[in-house]
This record gives sequence, structure tokens and C-alpha cells, in this order.
Amino acid sequence: MSASIVNTTVTPLVEARGISKSFGGIHALEDVNISLAPGEVLGLLGHNGAGKSTLIKMLSGAYTADAGQILINGQEVKLTSPRAAQKLGIETIYQNLALADNLDVAANIFLGRELLRGGALDEDTMELEARKVLDRLKVNLPDLKKPVFNLSGGQRQCIAISRAIYFKARVLIMDEPTAALGPQETHQVNELIKSLKTEGVGIFLISHDMHDVFDLADRVTVMKNGKVVGSALTSQITQDEVLEMIIAGKLPGRNVLTN
Amino acid sequence: MQSVKTVPTTPPRRLLAQLGIDGRLLFMVLAIAGIWIAFNLLTGGVFITSRNLWNLSVQTASVGVMVSGMVLVIVMRNIDLSIGSILGFTGMAMAVLNIRVFTQDTWWGALLTLALGLLLGLGIGMLQGTWVAVLGVPSFIVTLGGLLIFRGGAWLLTSGQTVAPLTETFQILGGGLNGSIGGPASWGVGALIAAAIMWTDLRNYQQRARRGLPNRTAILQFVFTGVTLALVLAFVLVMNSYPDPRSGLPRGMPVPVLIMLAVTAIMMWVVRATRFGRYVFAYGGNPEAARLAGINTTRLTILVFGIMGMLAALAGAIQTARLNAGTNSTGTLAELSVIAAAVIGGTSLAGGTGSIPGAFLGAILMASLINGMLLLDLPSAWQNVVQGLVLMLAVTLDGIFQRRRAK
Repeated sequence: MSASIVNTTVTPLVEARGISKSFGGIHALEDVNISLAPGEVLGLLGHNGAGKSTLIKMLSGAYTADAGQILINGQEVKLTSPRAAQKLGIETIYQNLALADNLDVAANIFLGRELLRGGALDEDTMELEARKVLDRLKVNLPDLKKPVFNLSGGQRQCIAISRAIYFKARVLIMDEPTAALGPQETHQVNELIKSLKTEGVGIFLISHDMHDVFDLADRVTVMKNGKVVGSALTSQITQDEVLEMIIAGKLPGRNVLTN
Repeated sequence: MQSVKTVPTTPPRRLLAQLGIDGRLLFMVLAIAGIWIAFNLLTGGVFITSRNLWNLSVQTASVGVMVSGMVLVIVMRNIDLSIGSILGFTGMAMAVLNIRVFTQDTWWGALLTLALGLLLGLGIGMLQGTWVAVLGVPSFIVTLGGLLIFRGGAWLLTSGQTVAPLTETFQILGGGLNGSIGGPASWGVGALIAAAIMWTDLRNYQQRARRGLPNRTAILQFVFTGVTLALVLAFVLVMNSYPDPRSGLPRGMPVPVLIMLAVTAIMMWVVRATRFGRYVFAYGGNPEAARLAGINTTRLTILVFGIMGMLAALAGAIQTARLNAGTNSTGTLAELSVIAAAVIGGTSLAGGTGSIPGAFLGAILMASLINGMLLLDLPSAWQNVVQGLVLMLAVTLDGIFQRRRAK
């Protein structure tokens, strides 16, 4: 794909250096280095328990690292809370979607960042803005004042994505964005990823679907047992070689790895 | 926006939704109406008299003040079993302050007593909330401990002695002989409430219409506002048609009832229009989502328990003033009536669901049952049996309702 934008002269949008994290003596992450350029889609691959989710929770401010640095545009930042990460333009779409089922669509999109007028919630403006962003994603929900519990997986996914879009994400972290979706909805989300990419948004894409990853990502980083096995451009590596890295942690015989 | 003509759903629910009526609230109002009519028939017309309804309103006040706090607690997937004891402890503390510290009967003495009592309740609640949120002990256990501790504390404050009488100014809080605001003032309060209802309804309607958001039809909104105003008028009329035995003048609204209405109105606003209220419900719906959205859930839990404690202290002031004495048994088992009222009013113990108006109606329903059974001279043993059955019935209905919704 557009591999040309990924070169070392561009300051990475996000860079993590030497990240380590352990939970009660178990090393969830060990000396992890990862970087993401503007407009780049990075596929993050690995088995369950390889450390992908821990790593993205670190980048989204839900966990703090035991050691290591995180840099945004070359500046070191401290992501001490989800809100701190959001303020820096890092938005996360979690695997379990992180929606409050009992709240309505607009309330979920604005959760934690409600619009206020005179100290009170500005429900009407939030409803209108929610409608606008959903229209932009071509999502058709007739009633935004209904609780989200009876919406379909795809509709819920769209709400989670609209939340990130509305607040102008510069970095988008997507944890299995299409795992719960049908083919039609998957296609829609994939189109969305492509259009965000052209707007210069950097995207971490965690997925088990190798086909999707090779379709969408410019580069893949493979993790195993809390460590980075290696990274390579999707244009230069085969799916089989990536599978070998995931399963056996074995690097390809030829020199295809990038930073 | 788009037309709402989507898939046809079941007709009655759709009709209610179109009218913008909460089916559950409607059911509660009908249930209360049924109970009132039944008791009126059984008591030969004594139940629905201005005298009894006036008394009923005062009897509702204590539970009515606390129930909105309990809604927030339960919505956040917690429970507070200690409020009866906090009520007793703070009530006793206020009685001691009123009788032994501010001995002069002054308005500022009474107010200071109340303020210190409320602060004490707030502090106790926040302490319990901290224990739950920071130390991670289940609220059931923390507040069960609180139930024992503060009931014991109420005894220890005076070594079990009852302290009485309180100053006349403080007694106003209980709605006794001087505890009503009289006829003209009641009309004034009624007019204020009516004006506020008309103003908010009209403003909301116009704003939504101007911005092209879905709205009720104009006629329907007119009927709605009309019904609300009629209820306010009926309330004022009932309160004003019960005369003071000494002067023969209308008593008007009792102070504890005014306090209950104010608390309910404020809590409705908090739930509907503030970030705090929104976060309480978000946490109840999905604690993890709330945390990931950057909400400080520890602070939220502490605050909710703090509010609960303060409302328990307010109810303590009302009950102590009404009794005109501080006793160490005031408020015993109050937590159960309050939890029952909240649950009957549609607060789900699974968390995330609950409404202040519903809980308010639940408080009226419970108070109506007790009042009616007293009028019928039912032994208190039977009253407990009936209350217990009503609570179980309400939770069972809630369970059925939840399962049907989940389908």
C-alpha cells in the first residue's frame, strides 16, 4: 500500500520505548518498543495473552507502565489516566465496546466529556451533534434517546467509533473492531479506517483476521509473551511468515524487518 | 429528522412511548390510586379526607427525603443498610446539641443544630463510601457494620437516656403544631411550583421545536402540563382544607413535606441535568466503561454515600423534631422501608436503573399502606407481614420486567 509515508525521517506520531509492566510477578510486557506514523495503520498481532491488550491499555491511559517512555510527536508524555490520553488525541475503541447499556446513544458518545450549558447538561446540543457524527458515518439510528442495550453489535460498534471521531482522534486504537460484526458491517468499518487514514489519523489495529490486517495495515508488529517479535511492512512480508512469527516467534529467513 | 414509522411494536407500549409517558410511573400512580380507594372503602370514607391525607404527607416525609439518595446508591450497584442507624445517631446528636448546647430558643440555634447534624451525616456517609471505594469492602458489609456502630453510638451519646423537649423553633422541622406554613404561604408556594413547571415545559418544548428535535404534539404537551398543574392545585387545596384546631385557620403545607419536595426536586435535577448524575448511571450500567471514559469512580462512590448520609441526617432532624425528643431507637428499620420504596419505584438491584419520581411514588405507596393499616387498627405484626410481602412482590415484578426486557 502506501508504504512511502512510512520512513524514518518523519517524527513518529506515537512512540513507546522500553515499556515494561508486570502484574504480581508476571511480566505482561517486557521492554516493548513500538511506533506509529501519521496516517499509518499498524496491525498489532499476537496470540491471546501476548500483551497486545496490556500495551494498548498503556497507550490509552488505563494502565501506567512500570518502566519506559511514551512520546507523542517526539515529546515525552505521561498518560496517567484515560482522560489524559484523550486530551492528547488518543482515542480507544475497546473490544468490549465500553458502552453503558442503560444510557442512550448521545449519552454514550459524550460519556465523560458531556457538553454543558450554564452548568447543566446540554442534552439537545449533544443529541444534534451525535446525529451529525452518525450521519457522517452513514449510520442510521432513528431514536438517539433510546438506551443502547437493544442495538445490534454493528450499531454499538458505530457508536463507539463515533465517539472517537467526534473528539477528533489523532491516534485511534482499535481492539478487534470487527470481531462481533457481520460481513456488511465489517466492510463499513474497514472503509471508515481507510478514510480516517487519508485524514492523517494514525491507527493501531488489533485483529485476529490476517486477511483484514493485510488489507488495511501498512505495517505489522508481532508480539509474543509480552515481547515484540518484530515489525515488517505488509508489502514486503507474506501472511505465512507473519503466522510463523505469531506462533513460533520465529523471524523470517530473509531481511524484511523494519524498526 | 427521519420519520419514526419503523417496525411496528406491541401497541400499548408503543402508544405510551408516543405519548412520552413512562409506563412504570403510570402503573405506580394507578397502584396508589387503587390502594387509596380500597382503604377509603374499608375505612368507611376516612382515608380520603383532608385530615388523613395531610397526616399521610407528613408520614411520607422521612422516607421520602431518604429514598432519592438510596436510588443513587442502588443504581451504583451498592446498598446502604446503615441509614436507619445514621438517622438515629444524628437525630440524637442534634437533640443533645439543641437541648444542652444551644439552650436559647433562637432560629440560628436551630439552624446551626441542623447544619451540624447534616455535616455529621455527610461525614459518616463519606467515611463509609471511602471504605467501600478505596478499601474495596462490599457496601453490604460496610453499612451492616455501620448499622450496628451508629445504633450503638446513639445509645452511647446519652447512655441510653431520652432527651426532651427540643426548642420550639427546632420542632418546626417536624411539622407539629407550629410546623406548617399556613394558607396564604401555601398558595404562594403552589403558585411558584406551577410557574416553574410552566416555564420549564414551555422552554423545553420551544427549544426542541426550534432545533428540529422530536417533540410531543402541542396539544399533548398542553394536556400534560395541564394535568401536572391540576395535581399541584389539588395538593394545595388538600393541605389548606385541614384547619388548625386552635385557630380554625388552614394549616397549609407542613415543613417536612416542603423539605421532602425540595429534596426530590433537587435530586431529579441532579440526575437529569448534571454530569454527576449521568456518571452515577453510567457506572451502574457498566463500571468498566465509566472508568475507561475517565470518570473518577472512587470520588463518585464517596460522594453518593455522603449524600445518602446527609439525607439520613435530614430525616433524623425531621423525626426527632416530630417526636420532640431524641431517643436511641429513632429510625430503627428505616433502611428497610427506604430500600423497599426505592425498589417498588423501579430501582433495580442489578444497578443502572432507577428513577427519582418513581422512588418518590414508592415512598407514597409504602406510607399509604402503613397509614391505611393503622386506620384499620391492624396489629403491627400484621403490618410487618404486609410490608414484607409487598417488597417481595415488587422485586419479583422487577425481575420479570428485567427478563422480558432482556429478550
